[in-house]
Amino acid sequence: MAGSFTRMISGRNRAVLLASLGAGTMATGFLLSDNSLAAEVRTKLYPPSSDFPDLRKHNNCMAKALTPAIYGRLRDKLTPNNWTLDQCIQTGVDNPGHPFIKTVGCVAGDEESYEVFAELFDPIIKDRHNGYDPRTMTHPTDLDSSKITNGVFDENYVLSSRVRTGRSIRGLSLPPACSRAERREVERVVVMALAGLKGDLAGRYYGLEDMTDKEQQQLIDDHFLFDKPVSPLLTCAFMARDWPDARGIWHNNEKTFLIWVNEEDHTRVISMEKGGNMKRVFDRFCRGLKQVEQLIQERGWEFMWNERLGYILTCPSNLGTGLRAGVHVRLPNLSQDKRFSKILDNLRLQKRGTGGVDTAATGDTFDISNNDRLGKSEVELVQMLVDGVNYLIECEKKLEKGHDIKVPSPITQFRK
Amino acid sequence: MAKNCHNDYKMKFATDEEFPDLSLHNNHMAKVLTKDIYGKLRGKSTPSGFTVDDVIQTGVDNPGHPFIMTVGCVAGDEESYEAFKELLDPIISDRHGGYKPTDKHKTDLNFENLKGGDDLDPNYVLSSRVRTGRSIKGFTLPPHNSRGERRGIEKLSIEALASLEGEFKGKYYPLSGMTDAEQELLIADHFLFDKPVSPLLTCAGMARDWPDGRGIWHNDNKTFLVWVNEEDHLRVISMQLGGNMKEVFRRFCVGLQKIEEIFKKHNHGFMWNEHLGYILTCPSNLGTGLRGGVHVKLPKLSTHAKFEEILTRLRLQKRGTGGVDTASVGGVFDISNADRLGSSEVSQVQLVVDGVKLMVEMEKKLEKGESIDGMIPAQK
Repeated sequence: MAGSFTRMISGRNRAVLLASLGAGTMATGFLLSDNSLAAEVRTKLYPPSSDFPDLRKHNNCMAKALTPAIYGRLRDKLTPNNWTLDQCIQTGVDNPGHPFIKTVGCVAGDEESYEVFAELFDPIIKDRHNGYDPRTMTHPTDLDSSKITNGVFDENYVLSSRVRTGRSIRGLSLPPACSRAERREVERVVVMALAGLKGDLAGRYYGLEDMTDKEQQQLIDDHFLFDKPVSPLLTCAFMARDWPDARGIWHNNEKTFLIWVNEEDHTRVISMEKGGNMKRVFDRFCRGLKQVEQLIQERGWEFMWNERLGYILTCPSNLGTGLRAGVHVRLPNLSQDKRFSKILDNLRLQKRGTGGVDTAATGDTFDISNNDRLGKSEVELVQMLVDGVNYLIECEKKLEKGHDIKVPSPITQFRK
Repeated sequence: MAKNCHNDYKMKFATDEEFPDLSLHNNHMAKVLTKDIYGKLRGKSTPSGFTVDDVIQTGVDNPGHPFIMTVGCVAGDEESYEAFKELLDPIISDRHGGYKPTDKHKTDLNFENLKGGDDLDPNYVLSSRVRTGRSIKGFTLPPHNSRGERRGIEKLSIEALASLEGEFKGKYYPLSGMTDAEQELLIADHFLFDKPVSPLLTCAGMARDWPDGRGIWHNDNKTFLVWVNEEDHLRVISMQLGGNMKEVFRRFCVGLQKIEEIFKKHNHGFMWNEHLGYILTCPSNLGTGLRGGVHVKLPKLSTHAKFEEILTRLRLQKRGTGGVDTASVGGVFDISNADRLGSSEVSQVQLVVDGVKLMVEMEKKLEKGESIDGMIPAQK
């Protein structure tokens, strides 16, 4: 083990070392010529200030929140799984900014990251989630889809409907941190549980390793499969390690209920179908989720959840519901209107290209989905999406007829 | 870069569970690593906290390379080569022509020992270049070092290089301060290292915190360059247009030795031992770490059936003119020595000089429509 490779430092050397703490690099360098330093002494020679990242050109939530003082207090802490702050923030250091969206710039390596590094994560969560304060607020969970009204869209405009979320298996490290053994355990737990789904949810698992290139491309084209990880946001957060080991996709026979295993989260759960029946999509979503939860509980596992942060996922942006409900919708007239962005903002919606995050729109078809994740329940967010999309379609119809449209008042948040 | 506590946590899982799936892999690490070796090494850690999982991650993530058999592992510090010798010795042997754990490596940076090399035909040889790497004792290597260490290496390098004079007088350009325009020009002139996009480097953790602590120093003539904190602590390069490899090598040797003297004075010798020569991040660069080569026009020879065979016998390798991972453009190839460990700097550059001279003569013969069969060399 490590001990056999660490030679003892003589008393004289140690005295000289300790006397020089805080000296400039040349003196520090002189002492490092003895390469048998123990790790602890080496750590002392590199105080947090020497390691503080250069964030002057950065524009992400982590760069805004991280100060030398916070870094100084957190750098040498470890979660129970021995994960560090440097590992949480590496992705934000390596990716100064994103052209379209303000990225978060840090990830959790395990459930405890959110506690041990709360001094950094809490302000980031507050910034990202419109003032939600994890110290004082609680997050509502509501998966009763019967409450949704007006959830069937005009299919002349809405081409497809989709709801996704993520779930993490409590007791196993998250994708940035997990070892190969843990990742395989996540796969085993999830696949075993999914084998218990029946009826319209019955399906099959396809491990990425066994899939042919052809199958894989088909699944990507159908918007079913996750990309090979090329985004530096993911790769710099160590989430692509050992690819494609223990990654895969499970889907039901009808391809309307899908689960991604070991991509950016332990699981991503997706309900989708062509057309505008968001109500049915959300029904299936809630039903499927509840059944999966039951199936893993029968085997002694549970999802990571607490009432401060809701469902715990890798990226702080997905805390709470982790829910993104959206449609592919044609808005040829509205998208040309200069009030389009403002309307989306006020409805608390965001637009993406039809290839998902990091893509631009092709033609007039947009991916429109909810902005928020934390502080509102699943039912609330889906209802907001439903109401918002219906409003956008109304605007589109008006503009078609040459009538004018109104920018709706902004939906109130909990931030006062 | 404290002790890797995360490794202690992983130890609670069985070896079988942690062993990587290498069934589709084709690199040196995948050929050598067995469950047995992995089981013996996974509990170890160098003093700075580097573990066998860290060593092999790049090889696990990169199953194979289209043009070359990659090594598939890296060192995180000088001690890695000792702590993980059970894995690294066979890889070194595979990569370096059967080099044994008991072999000794010869270092010879006396440029006067090179014969010829000043008369490569500039109608064919467009440019000549010699590079090597050096690691600074007392710091961990690029896959592993912290921001503090990397900045320490940069600061030390700047101070050392600033004291060079005469033909070696120059200036340091930190990557953080460079404009995009300056950077593009330096890349186009073959002076600057690429932004790290190769997964071979990124999966080994070498691109972390980019561009913090990285930069390029070069002399005023732009014929002697030092890269700081890319794949190694230092990459030292001597280059110029045309075919005067003798001059390039002279400048290389003189400059290197001056730099080494200065680092030694600051009590930071280079990592070196008599078995592995100069210690660098990638096991493929052990020994001399030297790649001496030319950009040479060989449009006819390169399409000849025996081209690969000739290169192998001359102990040379070909690359595209963009460096590793690129293809040739317009019949122009980057031809360089294939060996690094087990022979000296002088002998490796000698192979390049002699081999390129021969290949240019072959090219000229082929231009005239004559056969080169009588010129095919014996295995060197």
